[in-house]
Amino acid sequence: MADQTVVTRADDTAAASDDRLVVDGLDVRVGLVGLLHDVGFRLGAGERVGLIGESGSGKSLTALAIMGLLPDGLVASGHVGLAGTDGNLLDAADVRMADLRGRRMSMVFQEPMTALNPLMKAGDQVAEVLAIHGLGGSGRDRDRRALELLDAVRMHEPELVRRRYPHQLSGGQRQRVMLAIALANEPDVLICDEPTTALDVTVQAQMLDLVVEGARDRDASLLFITHDLAVVATVCDRVLVMYGGRIVEAGPVQQLFTAPRHPYTRGLVASSDLDAVDAAGRLPTIPGVVPAAGTFPAGCVFRTRCERATEACAEPPPWTGQYDDGHACIHPYGDEPVARDPEPRPDPRPDPHPEPGVSEVTS
Amino acid sequence: MSAAGDVVDATGAPVVVADESIGDVNWSLWIGAALVGLVAAMALVSFLWTPYDPYFVDVTNRFGGPSPTNLFGTDQFGRDVLSRLMVGARTTLFVGVVSVGVAGVVGTPLGILMGMAPGWLHRVLLRGNDLLLAFPALLLAIMFAAVFGPSTTTAMVAIGIGTIPVFARIARSGTVQVMSSEYVLAARSAGRRGVRLAVRHVVPNIASLLLVQASVSFAIAILAEAALSFLQFGTPAPIPSWGLMLFQAQSVLAVNPGLTVWPGVGIAVAVLGFNLLGDGLRDRFDPRLAGHS
Amino acid sequence: MTDATPHPTSSERPGPGYRADAHTRRGVAGPRGVALGDGPILEVVDLVRSFRRPRTSLFRSPGAVDALRGVSLDVHAGQRFGIVGESGSGKSTLLRLMAALDRPTSGTVSFRGRTVSGVPERRLGFLRDDLQVVFQDPMGSLDPRMRVADIITEPLVAQGHGDREARLAELLDAVGLAKDAGRRWPHQFSGGQRQRIAIARALSTRPKVLLADEPVSALDVSVRAQILNLLADLVDAYDLTLVFVSHDLTVVRHLCDTIAVMRAGEVVETGPTADVAEDPQHPYTRQLLGAVPTLQGALAGRDAATLARRARAESSDGDPSHGTTVEPEEAP
Repeated sequence: MADQTVVTRADDTAAASDDRLVVDGLDVRVGLVGLLHDVGFRLGAGERVGLIGESGSGKSLTALAIMGLLPDGLVASGHVGLAGTDGNLLDAADVRMADLRGRRMSMVFQEPMTALNPLMKAGDQVAEVLAIHGLGGSGRDRDRRALELLDAVRMHEPELVRRRYPHQLSGGQRQRVMLAIALANEPDVLICDEPTTALDVTVQAQMLDLVVEGARDRDASLLFITHDLAVVATVCDRVLVMYGGRIVEAGPVQQLFTAPRHPYTRGLVASSDLDAVDAAGRLPTIPGVVPAAGTFPAGCVFRTRCERATEACAEPPPWTGQYDDGHACIHPYGDEPVARDPEPRPDPRPDPHPEPGVSEVTS
Repeated sequence: MSAAGDVVDATGAPVVVADESIGDVNWSLWIGAALVGLVAAMALVSFLWTPYDPYFVDVTNRFGGPSPTNLFGTDQFGRDVLSRLMVGARTTLFVGVVSVGVAGVVGTPLGILMGMAPGWLHRVLLRGNDLLLAFPALLLAIMFAAVFGPSTTTAMVAIGIGTIPVFARIARSGTVQVMSSEYVLAARSAGRRGVRLAVRHVVPNIASLLLVQASVSFAIAILAEAALSFLQFGTPAPIPSWGLMLFQAQSVLAVNPGLTVWPGVGIAVAVLGFNLLGDGLRDRFDPRLAGHS
Repeated sequence: MTDATPHPTSSERPGPGYRADAHTRRGVAGPRGVALGDGPILEVVDLVRSFRRPRTSLFRSPGAVDALRGVSLDVHAGQRFGIVGESGSGKSTLLRLMAALDRPTSGTVSFRGRTVSGVPERRLGFLRDDLQVVFQDPMGSLDPRMRVADIITEPLVAQGHGDREARLAELLDAVGLAKDAGRRWPHQFSGGQRQRIAIARALSTRPKVLLADEPVSALDVSVRAQILNLLADLVDAYDLTLVFVSHDLTVVRHLCDTIAVMRAGEVVETGPTADVAEDPQHPYTRQLLGAVPTLQGALAGRDAATLARRARAESSDGDPSHGTTVEPEEAP
């Protein structure tokens, strides 16, 4: 069954030629514990794709595997291809990956305070990434270019900011510096890992705008990782939903968020909408907790928390549908939308409190 | 704690990496423990049995080399080196225990007090502690020996007092960290304060820091006692102490250089053992501080 | 719950948050029967808190950061009072002062008419029994070297209450944790479960007021919904007055009936949730509301550029990310 899945998805992959980044059958394991299983997707030129999931779903791990930045002890297998480069990036030598990183593909991390060198001025850090890849001409040219880049991320008083150290900048300013560094060498692929999670909402709004604009102006493909569904819907065209180290559903934003097929996606969409409550004013929830990495059930990874799970779910569900629009579930929902009327509505579930502990008390 | 497979937070890769490193054998801890165990065993056995009386002088058998009867040979008075080494291990461990005990018992509460004191008192105590820290323990011990006469007790009390500021400083920095944590804030909002707050929350959370410091200080104390005895400010003859044995061997270095080897090896083993133990304990208690991160 | 507290169990005054269909749990005390008069249960008057900046020069005075610049507000019994603000707004400082975990530079906090600000800890017993706090970080707020049973019963021990075994079982049950959870250590639980432990601890003394400092910001979406439901259930069941501090306007709007919006140490707008959220008066509130991405908004075509424009709109002093180099909330 699993083989069949890979075949259909791989065939689909081969058909597309304008893909910037192709990930296929990506597995990551530590020792005998599998952390990612058969992760596959592709980024078209200029496409903005969101990767959503809760902590432990493996979304950051996916980004690190693509960038060749997996921590020691984690082993990746499968295929990662970047347009314009030959072969599998997972097999590429460190030297070659280092050359690709920051030039052809770059990454913005969640915590700009730890991702920036605390002992280097902001402007120098931008200039450094130009120097590393032998671009940007002389030192003075690079400084001028760094200033332009800081200006391009709409930094106020870039002259002042470039002479400052990271700790002298606000969270939003630091993240702008990170984005300037990521965009410095006009990458083909930009990966953002929760870039606005640590920021205030007003700053987040500006930052999201900059990321979208930065990617669009350079025709870069964007892989945007977040746990925030509203942010993904704001930024991306397409969404991949991860759970337990697998992609469980993929599809265009509009379709995936209005009529999710996988029960996990459905639960996620329902519980993230704080305006849709039941008669008692309570939110719909997904029962249980996310298992620790490596302790997800065999077969369908979501079956321990799924209301629709049956014995058939003990087998890994095959991928159904298109490569970039489908799901891995044998009991998918149909086209019915997630009820989201702001008025109190009767809850479709038998128990208005699917959350296990509280319902125990009431019974 | 229950076995692996418990519900542990799924924070992703970093946790798993840490888990994997647990698979590595903590060599520092085991080798350190073995060396310290060896010294401790020598000391304990010496209470029950030694090959010969360590004080028995046999002038007919001076500078005897290693032989089946005297495994490590005999010294310039014909005393059995192995027996003296075993009894000397007692002195060494005794000095370590007492001096680290003095330092820990006085220094830890002092450090916790510093860490929990209001701003101005904190600053005053900290500067005072820094002053003491600048004063070398060895110099203090020599002063003590001059005033109270050289003895094992003076040496170890002096070393202990000299180590107090080290413990106070470690306890203070740990306490400051613990006091700024949300769980202390939560405990304070539950009504915890003062000594009970310290006992319930601060002490358990800085205990591992102190344990690591204790094993390192143990090594330093052993070295200091050996140095003091060597300088004849410590344990007086004829009581065997590794430092004193080294001193006595040094006076006959030209005649029998081999005599310096055994007490030297003893000191090296004990110091290395406690240092490795300290490293190992640190790795054990806080994998984040470990070298392989 | 064998109720030893003196309040009557009749419910003649269902407050604003009371629902007839809310679950009634075993032995739960009746709602707000305590004679509180008509005054606020928590009263904050002209509260100012300044932090000294760390000294960076030997010769220049380091100066001070004003985390709170004259905040006044009243929280009435039975309210679910939300405080919204971004980093540096002083919302967490305010919460700590309300819990008497910090001393104000000037101004007062009173609980049921008794001043708590600047009062020595040993005379705060009345507050510690009746007002409890849930903190943001569900790992950081639990002592890693204490078993869950000791963590949950700590307020009881500190206040010298007896019969802790029975109370522990009740509390574990109330927050939806297994009975054997008490024997385990905090690190053996997931983030959401740890927050349940923290909530159980806060409820142990049967407080009247629960202060929550961003209790769901560190949680995943699906777990966040569970904890928000739990908080709502408990507030209903135990008739708690809730003060909920968050950076997330949507969470506060969901849970609270009253909202105060804070910015740079001041309350810029306050009022019933419906009014503040639907018809914001202050430009900053409008800006904050406009900047929040929502799923429906995004699906209706609100892209990042629109969001950014709305976040900037009407803001008189430009980019909010600009200029601040020291955020007061990070001050000691």
